[in-house]
Amino acid sequence: MINASLKELSQALLGKKISSVELATLFLDRIERLNPVINAFVTVDREKSLAMAAAADARIATGTAGPLTGIPIAQKDIFCAEGWRTTCGSKMLANFVSPYDATVIRKMHAEAGLVSLGKTNMDEFAMGSSNETSFFGPVRNPWDTERVPGGSSGGSAAAVAARLVPAATGTDTGGSIRQPAALCNLTGLKPTYGVVSRYGMIAFASSLDQGGPMAASAEDCALLLNTMTGFDERDSTSLERPVEDYSRDLDKPLDGLRIGLPREFFGEGCDAGVMAAVRAAIAEYEKLGATTVEVSLPNSHLSVPAYYVIAPAEASSNLSRFDGVRYGYRAPDYGNLDDMYMKSRAQGFGAEVKRRILIGAYVLSHGYYDAYYLQAQRIRRLIANDFAEAFRHCDVIMGPTSPSTAFRLGEKAADPVQMYLSDIYTIAVNLAGLPGMSIPCGFVGGLPVGLQMIGNYFAEGRLLNVAHRYQQATDWHRRRAAIE
Amino acid sequence: MSLTLEQVKRIAHLARIETSDAEALTTQGHLNGIFQLIEQMQAVDTRGVEPMAHAQDVGQRLRRDEVTEGDRRAAYQAVAPEIEAGLYLVPKVIE
Repeated sequence: MINASLKELSQALLGKKISSVELATLFLDRIERLNPVINAFVTVDREKSLAMAAAADARIATGTAGPLTGIPIAQKDIFCAEGWRTTCGSKMLANFVSPYDATVIRKMHAEAGLVSLGKTNMDEFAMGSSNETSFFGPVRNPWDTERVPGGSSGGSAAAVAARLVPAATGTDTGGSIRQPAALCNLTGLKPTYGVVSRYGMIAFASSLDQGGPMAASAEDCALLLNTMTGFDERDSTSLERPVEDYSRDLDKPLDGLRIGLPREFFGEGCDAGVMAAVRAAIAEYEKLGATTVEVSLPNSHLSVPAYYVIAPAEASSNLSRFDGVRYGYRAPDYGNLDDMYMKSRAQGFGAEVKRRILIGAYVLSHGYYDAYYLQAQRIRRLIANDFAEAFRHCDVIMGPTSPSTAFRLGEKAADPVQMYLSDIYTIAVNLAGLPGMSIPCGFVGGLPVGLQMIGNYFAEGRLLNVAHRYQQATDWHRRRAAIE
Repeated sequence: MSLTLEQVKRIAHLARIETSDAEALTTQGHLNGIFQLIEQMQAVDTRGVEPMAHAQDVGQRLRRDEVTEGDRRAAYQAVAPEIEAGLYLVPKVIE
């Protein structure tokens, strides 16, 4: 049961081979035993989860269950969930119990009947690539507990990789679903910007943030994505589109698939072992009927610089709401109102969050707006245009997700720029607003390697199909970390 | 370009984050490293390129000016650091 797919779990639940309460208990016991080592969960509420599981069992008994009713899931602690502590990995929200549900949470709970087992650890306000900026301490990678799981959705990734839960939600602003998925041997999908509602998902960089699923396979991700997407009038950038079944094309043959290989992703700067695994995966795709074509993303080297203007600018604006007045941390001692703001924010935010707020405040300030913010937005357009040109020649773009396998805890923590560069292959996708995935494609020295796949706008179904066919032909995604 | 210590302190004040001299010095080093990375952008000729704010160039959606939410003031104020009689308490700003 621990390693079962969502489809298998669904069959077991609907076939009354196991109850949702039994299933939740199985995983909750595992969390209790292994979480002290991994630190993947910041909040677990057994009573609440078991009540949800009992409600799911009632739905199954009355024949009103959906395909995922009763299946346990973990929620990245960036999603507000009513009655659940929602911290965003920050001291600022360490005691914040959300009075409302994010749309994703409402859909998963009330509509799909998924059973949340808890809230997962993450880099503070999703700012980080290693999960080391969390107020609740670093998460450890189940493949090697001296190494990071990636970030910012590091808790979700480690939780699924250690089979503390069958699947989890993540969010991706610059790679925060794909990079931890790669480092923990998972399948993760960042949808097209605007497909998953951002309502109740604590905002980092609003024009880039997008929620998505993290699980063991493309098939699991497709089923989860079906519960997450849809127009939401409460999110002003939510797109009005017809509902899709993302699992409909999973089995479609790949004959004639054109894979674009950007020369910028296959040059210097990537670990040789990672590159070999990625090339082997592409060779496997050729066996499955695909052809490859070289494409170019000539402005991709500008994606990290442009991102570190746009994302901090939006963050400095979004995080101005944390002032110690309506919710969140307030400093114990202060003088006047200004002093209360200054001390509450100084004590409530960690070092990386403060850095990014300061970058954002600077690039938005008088005299620098044109040189930095507008220039970054123009480069963003160039990057999106590069992808549009590339997709004239191919159906899907492939390359490495991350330039290295999981690095050691502390290895990059002292140098922000080194940390930022670990997202060099993922950031451009967010700037363009395209869907992207990472799937397991091999190991280097016992550590997982991720293959990144980028699709055109709204090509989630196609990406999942391309991933699923590979997973039918290979077993990298079935390998499990030896953690007990 | 590089930020002076005075500039770091000024933006910290603009962002309402109290910063000691020692912290400002460390921050200055980090920010200048990051701005060195960002500076790569300045070499690019972007004349005539329209700035891109969002991935999908869609207009701002508007809704009818109608009440759609119920009254949840009590629930929302329950998470506030300090309230009284339905008001958020802060230090006195007008003498």
